[in-house]
Amino acid sequence: MYNTKLGKWFIPVVGGLAFVYLLVPIVYIFVFSFNDGGKSNLQWRSFTLDNWKNPCGAPGACESLVNSLSVGAVATIIATVLGTAVAIGLVRYKFRFRSTADLLIILPLATPEVVLGASLLAQFLNLGWDLGYWTVIIAHVMFCMSFVIVTVRARVAGLDDRLEEAAADLYASPMQRFWKITFPMLIPGIVAAALLSFAMSFDDFIITNFNSGTFSTFPKFVYVAAARGIPAQANVIGSAMFIIALLVVIIGQVISYRRKKALAARG
Amino acid sequence: MSAPAKEARAVEKVDLRSPEEIRAEKKKGRMGAWLILPGMLYMALFFAAPVVVLLSMSLFVKPEGAELGEFVPGWNFGTYAEVWNRYWPVLLRSFVFALIATVAALIIAFPMAYLVAVRLRGKPLLKGILLVLLIAPFFSSFILRTQAWKQILADEGWIVQTLKAVAILPADGSLTATPFAVICGLTYNFLPFMMLPIYASLERLDTRLLEASGDLYASPAQTFMKVTLPQSMPGVFAGTLLTFIPAAGDYVNAAILGNNRDTSMIGQVIDSRFFKVIDYPGAAALSFILMVCILILVLIYIRRFGTKDLF
Repeated sequence: MYNTKLGKWFIPVVGGLAFVYLLVPIVYIFVFSFNDGGKSNLQWRSFTLDNWKNPCGAPGACESLVNSLSVGAVATIIATVLGTAVAIGLVRYKFRFRSTADLLIILPLATPEVVLGASLLAQFLNLGWDLGYWTVIIAHVMFCMSFVIVTVRARVAGLDDRLEEAAADLYASPMQRFWKITFPMLIPGIVAAALLSFAMSFDDFIITNFNSGTFSTFPKFVYVAAARGIPAQANVIGSAMFIIALLVVIIGQVISYRRKKALAARG
Repeated sequence: MSAPAKEARAVEKVDLRSPEEIRAEKKKGRMGAWLILPGMLYMALFFAAPVVVLLSMSLFVKPEGAELGEFVPGWNFGTYAEVWNRYWPVLLRSFVFALIATVAALIIAFPMAYLVAVRLRGKPLLKGILLVLLIAPFFSSFILRTQAWKQILADEGWIVQTLKAVAILPADGSLTATPFAVICGLTYNFLPFMMLPIYASLERLDTRLLEASGDLYASPAQTFMKVTLPQSMPGVFAGTLLTFIPAAGDYVNAAILGNNRDTSMIGQVIDSRFFKVIDYPGAAALSFILMVCILILVLIYIRRFGTKDLF
């Protein structure tokens, strides 16, 4: 397939079409963010910039966005710190109960969100805790941590032990070895895990819906609003978040690409 | 190596370690325990314990003359039989929908992953942009995107109108509120989870193998079946699991794109038992049945197709 005529155009065309399919709803959301659609925004009426000028116009929209960003940031930080420690501990050290630990990491990934959400809700009801900001954070840390552990663990397992041994030969203390050699090499994996965590937390609806009570996140706001008609401001926020995420990552990629090129030129 | 030689080596090894070294190794082991302890404690408290609580809640009893939502601890196994008899068709439908969506996502995601991982080698910038395009939609909220599909596929939308004009769809037909729409939604929403693992394993594919296969007169189809596909199996395996499991429990697609007759999925039932009917034991029993069914299916799948790279 690699060098045939059929393969030459088949893969780019089909793969390209799949990317178009992925982006169709985004284009739709973006176009309808300029619609002067009134309350429900179902039919195209006329072009307006009002929604973009006043993104917080719909009651509750911006509040829910701020909540989502806050939950995403806090949950990501906790899940990344705890998860990275677990990943390093699991690869580097031998101890009993390893298989139990493995099971505790893999099982949440093999459990559908409704079950995770329902069981946490059962736990919170049992403990008599009020649902809100902190119960949502607890839930998000739980499902993000599994993803962080799996991602970072692959990176730790791929590390070259000889670099640390070399550092030890040069009289670096264990602490120095970790912070100067191991940790910097893990950073790309940790950053990838944190980004994934934030994206998963930001976009989560099912688990949040079970454990949030009256606390609203952006996906929950859209879901609740859908019953009466989604305001165009939701489209504005959705489009803006998409564009910001795109820009942040692309700028990051261009910078690291340039840096690599510069390093290659020097070397 | 013969047994005595092995023994001799083991003895030698013990002799070689100084007391300091043995102490250092023990300390290292303890250090590892400290690293994993907080995370594992968290998982025990907020994953394992809740599952146990859910299990006990599924056995709660409704006392005589109880108010709505009032239950007392008990051993009522009857709830399981009751919800199973009532909802097994919905459970079966959830698995069938999830299976179809998984196969469809695999067919769509494979060329995507191949394009980015193999064809765009040496073009890191374009490759990076396509990968970002895969993750960035998460930030526009999947609820909003599913809702957008509903409007795109609506009866008055141009897609349905065109399909009707060329008589692919009957005049009174529609795309939304059908099983087709729900399966499309599931396929769409879990596509990144299928694509990324396949991409990760195709990225390591050595294209010289493909050339070698061609040099040995293999047809493109043979090369694909005998070289490309086996090399990407760990990714396909992970991707299908990461798609099937959440798809089987999903209820957003069925709620937005489905109808009340022949598209309801088990997630919707669990949600409404919890929040609308206030039947905690029933919801808990259904959740548990869903979890056990998925674990059984996944174990069979791992036995049959599993690779050593995963699980």
